[in-house]
Amino acid sequence: MHGDAAGPPLRSGPEPHGTASGARRPPGRTGNEVDRVSTATSPARPASAAKAKQTAAGAPGARPAADPAPGPDVDPAPGALRALWARPAARKLLVLAAAAAVLVPPAAMAWGSGAWPHALTVDLTGPLGRANDWIIDNRDHHWLFLYFFGHISGAIIGAVHAVYTVLLALGWAGVTAGAGLLAWRVAGVRVAATTLASFAVCGLLGMWVPTMRTLALMIVAVAASVAVGALLGLAAGLSERMFRALRPVLDTMQALPAFAYLMPVVLVFGIGVAPAVLATVVYAAPPMARLTALGLRATDKGVLEAVESLGATSRQRLLTVRLPLARRELLLGVNQAIMMALSMAVIASVIGADGLGDRVYQALSTVDVGSALAAGIPIVLLAIVLDRTTAGMASPRRLWAGAPRGGTGGHKLTTARTRRATVRFATLAAVAAAALVTGDKPWPGDWTVAIAAPVNDAKDWIVDHLYTGLPGIGGTADLAGHYTGWVLDPLRDGLQGLPWWGALLLVAALAWLIGTWRTALTAVLALAAIGVLGRWDVSMDTLSQVLAAVAVTLVLGFAVAVPAARSPRVDRLLRPVLDVFQTMPQFVYLIPVVALFGIGRAPAAAAAVVYALPAVVRITSQGLRQVNPGAMESARSLGATSGQQLRHVQFPLARPELLLAVNQAVVLVLSVVIIGGLVGGGALGYEVVFGLAQGDLATGLVAGAAIVCLGLMLDRVTQPTKAEKKGAGA
Amino acid sequence: MRARQWIVAAGALALLATTGCGAADMTKQASPYADAGGTRTVTLSVQSWVGARANAAVAGYLLEKELGYRVDTVQVDEVPAWDALSQGRVDAILEDWGHPAQEKRYVEDKKTITPGGDLGVTGHIGWWVPKYFADAHPDVLDWRNLNKYAAQLRTAESGGKGQLLDGSPSYVTNDKALVTNLGLDYKVVFAGSEAAQITQIQQFAKKKQPFLSYWYEPQWLFNEVPMVEVKLPEYTDACAEKGTADPSTVNCAYPTSTLKKFLNADFTRKGGEAARFLKNFHWSKEDQNEVAQMIAEEKLPADEAAKRWVERHPDVWKKWLP
Repeated sequence: MHGDAAGPPLRSGPEPHGTASGARRPPGRTGNEVDRVSTATSPARPASAAKAKQTAAGAPGARPAADPAPGPDVDPAPGALRALWARPAARKLLVLAAAAAVLVPPAAMAWGSGAWPHALTVDLTGPLGRANDWIIDNRDHHWLFLYFFGHISGAIIGAVHAVYTVLLALGWAGVTAGAGLLAWRVAGVRVAATTLASFAVCGLLGMWVPTMRTLALMIVAVAASVAVGALLGLAAGLSERMFRALRPVLDTMQALPAFAYLMPVVLVFGIGVAPAVLATVVYAAPPMARLTALGLRATDKGVLEAVESLGATSRQRLLTVRLPLARRELLLGVNQAIMMALSMAVIASVIGADGLGDRVYQALSTVDVGSALAAGIPIVLLAIVLDRTTAGMASPRRLWAGAPRGGTGGHKLTTARTRRATVRFATLAAVAAAALVTGDKPWPGDWTVAIAAPVNDAKDWIVDHLYTGLPGIGGTADLAGHYTGWVLDPLRDGLQGLPWWGALLLVAALAWLIGTWRTALTAVLALAAIGVLGRWDVSMDTLSQVLAAVAVTLVLGFAVAVPAARSPRVDRLLRPVLDVFQTMPQFVYLIPVVALFGIGRAPAAAAAVVYALPAVVRITSQGLRQVNPGAMESARSLGATSGQQLRHVQFPLARPELLLAVNQAVVLVLSVVIIGGLVGGGALGYEVVFGLAQGDLATGLVAGAAIVCLGLMLDRVTQPTKAEKKGAGA
Repeated sequence: MRARQWIVAAGALALLATTGCGAADMTKQASPYADAGGTRTVTLSVQSWVGARANAAVAGYLLEKELGYRVDTVQVDEVPAWDALSQGRVDAILEDWGHPAQEKRYVEDKKTITPGGDLGVTGHIGWWVPKYFADAHPDVLDWRNLNKYAAQLRTAESGGKGQLLDGSPSYVTNDKALVTNLGLDYKVVFAGSEAAQITQIQQFAKKKQPFLSYWYEPQWLFNEVPMVEVKLPEYTDACAEKGTADPSTVNCAYPTSTLKKFLNADFTRKGGEAARFLKNFHWSKEDQNEVAQMIAEEKLPADEAAKRWVERHPDVWKKWLP
């Protein structure tokens, strides 16, 4: 085989063969090697993110994949080889094998074939430690802090204080009525009823004040995220260069686990509300920016030309055509920003953000699941209310499940309805005013229900019965033991035993088969970056946990999705359960999970599965349901059993959704790796938690970066490229 | 063009508005929830363990009921809490287990934190086994015999060795060094959080399974799961010095430390009665455990537990009032 025939893909051009390293490539190239398909993977809202992705796929400006050109001087190989060459997958593998044949021997000779060679690592402990010390020494008097960060922090605190004061002044009646009316106006009666009930439950659980604090923080954070995101999106939507510059940044920001944001913000701003809001904005702005850009870029060229020919200035074009046409994407962006902000607001309790998250976090320290749940329920309710309201605003279709779902939203305001709404508005306002005059301002103290004790009893009962008493398999404790011993350990040892160049090749092959050479290159570089950061072994441990948890998630997810896709009733029953799983703060179920599975990687996997399952179930069942009824009908008329229908018709036809489900499962499982670190998952997750707890920037940030790299790599390896389709569609 | 000029002008104005009005010292910025309704607010740092919550509960209760303050509590890890204290985000830490690096930086060098005296409780870190296991195998209480029991203490996570259960990443621990330097056939398994560690211990105790865990006292869990300490090589100053220089060389037990209070320097000067009260705050291990147990086991809300203790022990707290 001629190594030189390998063509462009994995070789980085001008390197001389003798010293070529499989891993180190000139950094200049990496900037362009981001994939074309955006990965709007929000942990909080995977389903809608999926939709965003689909939108992205149709966006203009996405270039079709460069087909890997076969090398110029292919061997006049025998017929079998030529036949093989004709198949694209085999061609890619052959090219890769050729590249490997040239690159691996010298690399293996120079650095061995074990874990990532030490010679190729960069130690960041020194510089990061010095940066840490510099900030601490200077933050009280340096101008950067006094005149810049200080004002940012002051403005945030002022804003939150103002909103909180208003909320307190409105009192429980005012807030509840106001929220109900707002929901009514934008999303219809049913959402309004949900809103009223939700706020009442928050009060009944004795969580009124924390709920208001979280709400105040959320309002400020969401406003800021939407503003920042819309500005960035505007820039990216109007300028191609800006779009290309922003995309990798947004990709990275979304792959960065939430905990990793906290560390640098805390260092600069200290603990409290200001850093919490900032971390939330950084976390929630990217989806807004991405969707704004998408909406603007998708404007119909014909319409634009028509408007231009009418002599509209560019500002008029933007305000009267492009923005209104992008309304759906903009509102979807707001919706996503809200959901992500809420999940971050909970995590930010770790840095003293107060509110509901703090109640959950404090309940953890006394191992009190009941109290944690009492604070967790308002979070779920807030999420549902905010989502339904903004989704109702965006379109008649509910965005929550990413699927059309009956018409409670999409409230069309006809004049008659407007008038009726006004009447009701007046009534409700009068009620609110009356309550305001007579009643307490915060929720009345004796109107509360204590759920903590019964919940704890129930939890104890369940744990006692499941821990050892499961029929057939012994109990959750044994299950955890087997999972760790038979699945995780071999997988981890296998991955850690893999020679470093072998891992790179494997990733290259997988990513290239499913995508293009660009995605493959990104994946390989991401993996190499982990090695360079000196986190190879730990990352392989984390990787093994992620892979195993993804497998479990997919098996369970498909098992649930199939009946849900077949029976609307199952689907209806399932939906609220999925909503709760997806929005419940993970802190709440850490304790039951440990009680059931013990300390270690098994409970970490369980927590990850609980978190990732809803998205997988939703995407899969939606995909299965969308299968053309005609195809199903003809299969049935041919006498196919329901199993055969599933295997031969539904699964193949729903392939894109199934692949998307895999991709989402990977991304979501990875995003809770740090939560796993809190229950003994160890590896990268623990290192991030350790860094935050000890104020050790070097450990935490490097581990966070390694998680990002793992995320990029896994995303590229599992993300089917829509290049061909896109080329056809555009 | 005009649009661009407008943008530039607006940007310049915004910059002026934010920076023009002078310095904004972040250490002077309080929580947005503080001082609502014109009350005087004291913010206490509460660490994740229950003893610390007991301190804050009683101090907070008395500050509110006897001195008329409003009390906020913030739960953050220990090192970030020191940062917060130096920046004035919290006014006091009531139970510190010893952070020499932070003490040197903030108390001696930057003088943003002042010592607030002793809490009255002594803390001790060590390795513990459950009483039922120690009763059956009394010789496990000497570290030299630990290897004999490694096989019994094996779990799925410890990979063929015995499991030494460690807790939250924020706690002071030399366990990895100890296992290596004492030649023990054990693996340190980090639970990642104290909640997870406690849950695991409770679960072991329910099944009467043996375990070896990093633990500390005072701790309410001892009342629920009686544990006996394993004797490690004696703590010496020489060993401590060696450990400060290179943590990986530690080969002796943990010291018994006097738990201390720390106050923000500004708060000490201007905090008035609240600052004096917190300096006077001083109680015994039994007092703390009484409150901690009410919070952790009887699942009482912290202020209810504090109220009951305050009703029972007026002789103790009357002395703290300024």
